[in-house]
Amino acid sequence: MKQGIYTIIEHTPLTKDVYRMVLSGDTSAMTMPGQFVEISLPGFFLRRPISVCDYDEKTITLIYKVVGQGTDALSQMKEGESLDMLVGLGHGFDAGKSGDAPLLVGGGVGVPPLFNLARKLIAAGRDVTVILGFNKADEIFYAREFEEIGARVLVTTVDGSVGVKGFVTDALPEHFSYVYSCGPMPMLRALYKAAQGKGGEFSLEERMGCGFGACMGCSIMTKEGSRRVCKDGPVFDKEVLEWQI
Amino acid sequence: MADLKVTLSGLELDNPIIPASGTFGYGYEFAELYDINMLGSFSFKGTTLEPRFGNPTPRIAETPAGMINAVGMQNPGIDRVISEELPRLKKCFHKKVVANIGGFSVDEYAECCARIDGEEQVGLIEVNVSCPNVHNGCMSFGTDPLGISAVTKAVKAVTKKPVYVKLSPNVTDIVPLAVAAAEAGADGISLINTLLGMRIDLRTKKPVIANKMGGFSGSAILPVALRMVYQVYEAVKLPIIGMGGISSARDVVEMMLAGATAVEVGAANLVDPWACPKILAELPSVMEQYGISSLRDIIGGAH
Repeated sequence: MKQGIYTIIEHTPLTKDVYRMVLSGDTSAMTMPGQFVEISLPGFFLRRPISVCDYDEKTITLIYKVVGQGTDALSQMKEGESLDMLVGLGHGFDAGKSGDAPLLVGGGVGVPPLFNLARKLIAAGRDVTVILGFNKADEIFYAREFEEIGARVLVTTVDGSVGVKGFVTDALPEHFSYVYSCGPMPMLRALYKAAQGKGGEFSLEERMGCGFGACMGCSIMTKEGSRRVCKDGPVFDKEVLEWQI
Repeated sequence: MADLKVTLSGLELDNPIIPASGTFGYGYEFAELYDINMLGSFSFKGTTLEPRFGNPTPRIAETPAGMINAVGMQNPGIDRVISEELPRLKKCFHKKVVANIGGFSVDEYAECCARIDGEEQVGLIEVNVSCPNVHNGCMSFGTDPLGISAVTKAVKAVTKKPVYVKLSPNVTDIVPLAVAAAEAGADGISLINTLLGMRIDLRTKKPVIANKMGGFSGSAILPVALRMVYQVYEAVKLPIIGMGGISSARDVVEMMLAGATAVEVGAANLVDPWACPKILAELPSVMEQYGISSLRDIIGGAH
């Protein structure tokens, strides 16, 4: 984890309430896909945890949805302005476990943390299939970007306006080696049931205090005891999670 | 040269900065970030006799200039703290630590303190009779002078270490509680714990926190904490560890002027993990600015 000041070099809306922000600064604390940052916003006491969509030596790309006053304030920030962030938080996806044909499943604003993972898997020669689930056509983002880096992309919409009608589990391919996912808990639960027998890792969301393991605000109970979503996760082996199904 | 040294019941601290219980774990997350030996001490995560998972999530809500937590004293239990956490801490922290102990009955407090009494790393025991996040325990002791008296006497009977009683601000008058602790033999008073608060989510129209209410902390509560430390300083002749909303060297000086011998820094650690080193770095220049050569000289200076 590192604290630093990052400059906004791009900030654009992807849908009516989802934004993409590219920041430049020290990215050396980023060690794996699926990690997150904590952003300090003027006028707000707690930092905002936002998952990292992509990163390289000099930039970090975040995609976030406006869900409250903090993310609304974030959406007002302009290119050229800077943000105080804690970077390189949490335990992310282990790309080494993917097997030959990994499946990546993202639901809504759970899509972004899969992007850097897809990039790394494709660079490692894996045959990557991505399922992106949304409610309707005007909520879709990043399908083209995943295609451009070489992933096979399947889109699902609940209303059937684009792609497969239904949920992500309605588009599951017959064969895949491992599953990585991020999205709302009902989606993860359905995917867990549908992907039994396959290995996989799921990224969870929880209200956080600190984001670096100190306050125990985001603890969950797992089969291996209590774990902090911010520090031991947000990505967990799906088999250690308690599903109650 | 600014003199930052203070003494709590014979325990000499290089400086008065103590990260508060529940915001610093058992220390080692922060030891990865900076040398925590620069701190005066730190108060470890509130520990109970049995392991506790705590409350369901969400446990955290934000407020203007503060936050609410309803963690509910999640901890691995006193035996694992002694067998695992303290040995691990010993590798990165070479000073005496403050043992924050919670409980649900007088016997439980006493048993927990008896078990930690033999630990050389523990410099003093901070008895938490004021956690607002657990039912049937803790704060119910802390808001009743008889409860405080019973817990204090029971704990004093089983340990030779200095016992500081951590008081709840969720009372009409803090003074009788501090007096009850003092008369029961407490070596010092620690205050304030969090204020009971809540937030409601406008989208769900329900409380943000699963437990509905939680402990309110952060910069917003500094004036309440200062007022109570000031009142307790006038009422009892015991050293006070003052806390509540401290996030800068100026806040430290203000709290000491109110009557605190040392201070705890809580929520600030969660927003800026380097909050304590930053406060320590700015203390000498703030002291110089206000003509203070030794922090000991300003304790209770506002009276």
